[in-house]
Amino acid sequence: MVTVRVLVSLKPSLLDSAGRTVTNSLKGLHFDEVHNARIGKTITLTMESYDEDRVKAMCEKLLANPVIEDYTIEVLP
Amino acid sequence: MRVAVLQFPGSNCDQDALWSLRDDMGVQAEYVWHEGDSLAGFDAVFVPGGFTYGDYLRCGAIAARSPIMAEVKRFAADGRLVIGVCNGFQTLTESGLLPGALVRNEEQKFVCTTIQLAAVNKTSAWTSQVNKVLNIPIAHGEGRYICDDDTLKSMQDHDQIAFLYVDPHGEPKESANPNGSVANIAGILNAQGNVLGMMPHPERATKQILGEIDGQLILSAFQRVLA
Repeated sequence: MVTVRVLVSLKPSLLDSAGRTVTNSLKGLHFDEVHNARIGKTITLTMESYDEDRVKAMCEKLLANPVIEDYTIEVLP
Repeated sequence: MRVAVLQFPGSNCDQDALWSLRDDMGVQAEYVWHEGDSLAGFDAVFVPGGFTYGDYLRCGAIAARSPIMAEVKRFAADGRLVIGVCNGFQTLTESGLLPGALVRNEEQKFVCTTIQLAAVNKTSAWTSQVNKVLNIPIAHGEGRYICDDDTLKSMQDHDQIAFLYVDPHGEPKESANPNGSVANIAGILNAQGNVLGMMPHPERATKQILGEIDGQLILSAFQRVLA
């Protein structure tokens, strides 16, 4: 079995309102070094086998919405 | 003529839609379960609001990939009427039937109120009867419509902006925008004008005893096109 982690995040050009709220809260806790927090999601796939093109197809067809989101694929050791 | 009101796990405006169409608009309407793969015998589709599949992954994402939506795409390509309201709008953008996307409201809050709408497009079946500022309820947490500049320009050039959030005088003021949607957009059409997606709920505004009846001006499209 192979474990593949897909990270999906809002495109940088879009306002991440949840991330903004977290940023403000971190500042409220005096973590002043934080300029920006952005929230994404992790989808961990446990797979029989790994084929990059097929995982990309999963991202394009369902896991991410290319209109608003970027994704990265990591194959875990 | 008959309207198919789609039902997914988590739809919650399906009954509102069915009874609005039957009782108030005098239009035949039946539920169609999402696992179906045929719209035979139907002339139009209503994709209702709700929280399909618990809004898992993204609002409308799972519903957009259910079997019935392939048939809805064929239906739309044939030029038949398709409307998606609220979560139904999210489902239509997720399915690629309408451009852009709907994301969390700018202020993070679920908004539940009555807003004012003005029609921009004046010629589609959905908007041709809208001759005034409409009072229509909204109820959503992820209704901020976004698209890139090229898409916005293309929609404006092709008269695909159906409705804007406006003030009582019909002006699309920033203060009238309940969720941070780009250019105050509340509803859009596909290029052919037969597919409408909108966050406000016209099916909740067709009976005087419930407060508003302006939704009739939108849903009367079913009566005229299908008569």
